[in-house]
Amino acid sequence: MTPVKLYPPKPDRVYFYGTCLVDLFYPDAGLDGIRLLEREGVAVDFPQDQTCCGQPAYTSGYQDEARAVAAAQLDLFPEPWPIIVPSGSCGGMMRTHYPKLLAGTEHEARAKEVAARVYELTEFLVHVCHLKLEDHGQPEKVAMHTSCSARREMGLAETGPALLAQLDGVELVEQARASECCGFGGTFSVRHPEVSAAMVEDKTQAIEAAGAERFVTSDCGCLMNIAGRFEHQRKAVQGEHIASYLWRRTS
Amino acid sequence: MNSPVQPSAVQTYTPREFHRQAHDALGNPQIRANFRKAMDGLMSKRRDVFDDWDLETLRDLGANIRLRALAKLPDLLEQLEANCQANGIRVHWAETGEEACRIIGEICASHGAKSVIKGKSMVSEEMHLNAHLEAAGIEALESDLGEYLVQLNEQTPSHIIMPAIHLNTDEISEILHQKTGTERSRDVDYMTAAARAQLRERFMAADVGVSGVNFAVAETGTLCLVENEGNGRMTTTVPPVHVAVTGIEKVVEHLRDVPPLYALLTRSATGQHVTTYFNMISGPRKSGEHDGPQEVHLVLVDSGRSNIYQDDELLDTLRCIRCGACMNHCPVYTRVGGHTYGTTYPGPIGSILSPHLMGLEETKDLPTASSLCGACGEVCPVKIPIPDLLVRLRREAVGEGRGNVPGAGVKRTKKEVVAWKSFQWLATHPAAWRGGTAVAGKLKALLPSRLGPWTDYRVAPKPAGTTLHTLVKRHQASQSSEETRP
Repeated sequence: MTPVKLYPPKPDRVYFYGTCLVDLFYPDAGLDGIRLLEREGVAVDFPQDQTCCGQPAYTSGYQDEARAVAAAQLDLFPEPWPIIVPSGSCGGMMRTHYPKLLAGTEHEARAKEVAARVYELTEFLVHVCHLKLEDHGQPEKVAMHTSCSARREMGLAETGPALLAQLDGVELVEQARASECCGFGGTFSVRHPEVSAAMVEDKTQAIEAAGAERFVTSDCGCLMNIAGRFEHQRKAVQGEHIASYLWRRTS
Repeated sequence: MNSPVQPSAVQTYTPREFHRQAHDALGNPQIRANFRKAMDGLMSKRRDVFDDWDLETLRDLGANIRLRALAKLPDLLEQLEANCQANGIRVHWAETGEEACRIIGEICASHGAKSVIKGKSMVSEEMHLNAHLEAAGIEALESDLGEYLVQLNEQTPSHIIMPAIHLNTDEISEILHQKTGTERSRDVDYMTAAARAQLRERFMAADVGVSGVNFAVAETGTLCLVENEGNGRMTTTVPPVHVAVTGIEKVVEHLRDVPPLYALLTRSATGQHVTTYFNMISGPRKSGEHDGPQEVHLVLVDSGRSNIYQDDELLDTLRCIRCGACMNHCPVYTRVGGHTYGTTYPGPIGSILSPHLMGLEETKDLPTASSLCGACGEVCPVKIPIPDLLVRLRREAVGEGRGNVPGAGVKRTKKEVVAWKSFQWLATHPAAWRGGTAVAGKLKALLPSRLGPWTDYRVAPKPAGTTLHTLVKRHQASQSSEETRP
């Protein structure tokens, strides 16, 4: 049976783990996520020594290197606060793979303990903060792309759409084959660029065909991939991280 | 009359050439359209047929049945052998595919066989049985309609359940017309009837029938064969000799283990509640019976499987009941088709099984040919953790696994090792990381706008200029200055 995750009451304080893609390419999405949490009365601690969850090395087979990087992240969260990650992919790495990766090492117990405290941002906003949103934005047709890791690894197909559904001005449209991968897959898009390109081409076509003026996603890998494809084709469809979109329309 | 449609050209495929073959397939609109249409249909049929089921409970049951069988595999194989023998089935053990071919060749020779009719068997594809028999002067004819078409077109199957799924109606019509003289037609019933008539004569004339096995039941010595066309029943009952060939992992403990696996298999594979035929073969013709083969043989093939069995993670590969749902739901398989993989078993299951059968030198590009989207693991009826096994094989390929897969370490290059060691160093030295990412942001104008193949299809991502580390510091400073304001 799929285990049922029990959510705690809203805490006073959380850790925010920004992820390396957000840090380097989409820092505003990270800051907007922090602002959404703070607006709910949750104080946010951003450990300045955070780097990367280690996933790129892990999925490339470089397990020893990934293990060292993962172990270094465990030290960032000494207090028993929830750890909020604005990415299903990095969140899934920490929640699902850290315990296995560090099993049999001195870090095993802490990896399990940290993994149990990891929440993807939209998951935390919906299930722990019970976020209520008031939309101040213009009417817009929006498609949600839920990343494969959020959907399948973390079981979070519903949280993004649930948040968007609270925005009165937003018409949520569903693209054909919404659950199909956009073709990013981290190093997959580099090792198999042509297959990846065929996948993202189909994804952009589906989003456009659904009539979306914008797509939002909770993962910056997918965002980089899908928005990069739209821009390459000089299409008008814009992409945005869901944290930025929610903050922008409700602040 | 010239047909506008030409069936795909005869071509040989190898996993070594995955990239080139993928390039060709991606550029072939007919292949793309055929697979997309077929996979969309199969996904939707599976979804509908499981609609009223407690699918997670059934998958757990299926997984547990297979895990229990694997946990007892050596004992169950001995029990299967004893009970098959008690039923009059002759049991043969083959360590390799070549040995299995030799055993089947000898059975054929002992009966002076000139012609063999075959039911669908992926193990026989894996060991290249047809080529072996033909070299011995024995004609082997495929009787599954898809296999028959693929054989007529001098191809190999592109899917483990639907071997001719890469062909559309027009191509099939053209193949049948060119190779068997039927009229060109878009009438599926006409073409099927024509093939059926052609095959019917061959069943009557065949000296030996060769089939696969879906489930071999240890406690009863029963061989279960799942099929839709009746060709399996004909293959196993009309010729005087029946040879069943299967991998050693197909054994299950009890007869009562079969219904849940069968329920999962047909629904996961083709979206059917039940197949047209379900054969339970329990021995040769008994005295006083009027039909059935006089001899039944079972050839149990290892071919690398007991090596997989030795590893507690890789073992999960052997749970597979060969439904093909993982390929039906794979966004990569759907784009490139089955032949691109160059292996008997394509798609996700092929990418975790083929390295054991062919070695990582041959198959090193297959475990990476996945975005790890998890669709395969999500639909697998026996819950094989396919994405985890793909990652495990990536580890083996770069020499950071347990070293027990043939060709382990073949992908390890100095360049990659240096890159990942550098990544490790940076990601475990936060001050250096912050410095590096800040510099990358400052120098964004100097970064290349073309990043290899990524930018052939997408605009290159540009560092934002200011990292989140810095934004948060400023944010916190502005907050504390607000707090201290009078």
